[in-house]
Amino acid sequence: MSDQSVGMDYLTRWPRKLITVYTPLAAFLVILLFPFYWMTVTTFKSNEELYNYKDYNPLWIHSPTLDNVKRLLFETDYPQWLAITMTVAVVATFISLFASVLAAYAIQRLRFRGGQTVGLMIYLAYLVPPSILFIPLATMVFQFGLYDSPIALILTYPTFLIPFCTWLLMGYFKSIPYELEECALVDGATRIQILWKITLPLAIPGLISAGIFAFTLSWNEFIYALAFISSVEKKTVPVAVLTQLVEGDVYHWGSLMAGALLGSLPVAVIYSFFVEHYVSSLTGAVKE
Amino acid sequence: MPGPDMAIAAERKRVARPAGSWVARTLDNPAVLAFLFMLPAATLLLVFLTYPLGLGIWLGFTDTRIGRSGVFIGLENYQSLFHDNMFWLAVTNTVVYTVVATIGKFALGLWLALLLNNHLPAKAFIRSIILVPWIVPTVLSALAFWWIYDPQFSIISWALTRMGLIDHYIDFLGTPNNARMSLIAANIWRGIPFVAICLLAGLQTISPSLYEAAALDGATSWQRFRHITLPMLMPILAVVMTFSILFTFTDFQLIYAITRGGPAGTTHLMATLAFQRAIPGGQLGEGAAIAVAMIPFLLFATLFSYFALARRKWQQGGSDD
Repeated sequence: MSDQSVGMDYLTRWPRKLITVYTPLAAFLVILLFPFYWMTVTTFKSNEELYNYKDYNPLWIHSPTLDNVKRLLFETDYPQWLAITMTVAVVATFISLFASVLAAYAIQRLRFRGGQTVGLMIYLAYLVPPSILFIPLATMVFQFGLYDSPIALILTYPTFLIPFCTWLLMGYFKSIPYELEECALVDGATRIQILWKITLPLAIPGLISAGIFAFTLSWNEFIYALAFISSVEKKTVPVAVLTQLVEGDVYHWGSLMAGALLGSLPVAVIYSFFVEHYVSSLTGAVKE
Repeated sequence: MPGPDMAIAAERKRVARPAGSWVARTLDNPAVLAFLFMLPAATLLLVFLTYPLGLGIWLGFTDTRIGRSGVFIGLENYQSLFHDNMFWLAVTNTVVYTVVATIGKFALGLWLALLLNNHLPAKAFIRSIILVPWIVPTVLSALAFWWIYDPQFSIISWALTRMGLIDHYIDFLGTPNNARMSLIAANIWRGIPFVAICLLAGLQTISPSLYEAAALDGATSWQRFRHITLPMLMPILAVVMTFSILFTFTDFQLIYAITRGGPAGTTHLMATLAFQRAIPGGQLGEGAAIAVAMIPFLLFATLFSYFALARRKWQQGGSDD
């Protein structure tokens, strides 16, 4: 995205801009980021400091400690939850990418009859929310004998990943000049060779966008993981932090926030590497 | 015996080779290939999306419980829900939650987008920071809100007390209305980035010459916003709003993480009530009926989206810019 269209911004003077732009923008940033700051601060506080607002300013850490993180990593199944979440997210992402690349290529390039209708159906599939699917899916998962197995998540996550990835990739394939494929066809390449050697290499930015987005969506998924998994050691991070770290009426806020912070880190790290891909796929998916 | 005939035959064979065996030839038929390419996606979506959608509607007409397949009982689930105050409270909550949160998200999101559309130093960095609340798992940021809303150690109450604005700590989640407002605030917080970044993308497609022409004609900044920005932003605004309404209406995570429908079930949305009745409660049929009751609202939102999009002829695969 360019900075070209900034309206008539250049006419605005500095002091005026300070009040109309910078101050509200700063307020937005503080409010949007505060919960993460609070999460981080809480993670590294000791318990005595955490609940004593009289002697310590709660907005600052006076004696940082790793106790909460240590307790989380060595006294709970947290590493196991991370591993499960990672496995489910990666496998579901690859399955979805595979299915989406083929589907998007077929709809966008093979131009079969009814292709546009199929494209519309896939768009509509994205609008079906998990909240109305989880009950029938739970009965299916039970019948297939997949209850309490991560396979249930690997099979159900593609239902919201494939529509999104296909939609995104259709846009990418559309932007690749068709002439390139025609040349290859004339030279005697098969369709599969064209997809593998010409279209896919050119669509790599799209594949990365779809992949990291699918990974993020899988990592953040909650309701299926809550409904289909019951064993403590097989839970995903978002579910486990909420259901396993809250014991009765006593909330160990230190370890809870440590769990939230550590659970957010993987997506935050990936995000920091691929910011532009996120922004372009987010806005691209809406604009298409 | 090498001769001209052999050479011609060899040449024919070489030309014909790309077609090769019947497998390769079949695979080069676009219709067959399209079918094969659609197969993985179509299978997964039909089995795990279309079928459960139908199954859910069927379950709503049965008395299925966990571990016991049910029998068809007609509209009984819906009749009992009709006389169920809890259900109607959940419907009201869901509608209020969606309407208030959507207005909040779009007012603040549009404001933020307009702020970001100025010439700013480190704009790309600011934009990437703003998306963070949207990237982080909802449940985990909801946990942070739960802690922020703590009755005893709420940092908001602490700050307001220090500033001398209140003398009692606010009971954010203790009374129904406070809890509802707190949930809506958390939802708005999480929705602002998505709205702002999408609308910013829309704002950046508006040509500055339009604003310059309007300014030369003496339009005030409000008139420029009302008669240029808003109409130009409408198509993208409609799409983003449809998505936002859809996901807010079916929201589950935030409520489940912060209040679990409490205090005393007064903050249940339809999704959390469906879960409550179906999974811990074991009444799969009744839970499915509650979930199915969301469908009319969702259809309405989808049709809205469809017609907003249809105007832009995207189905024809043509470019619309």
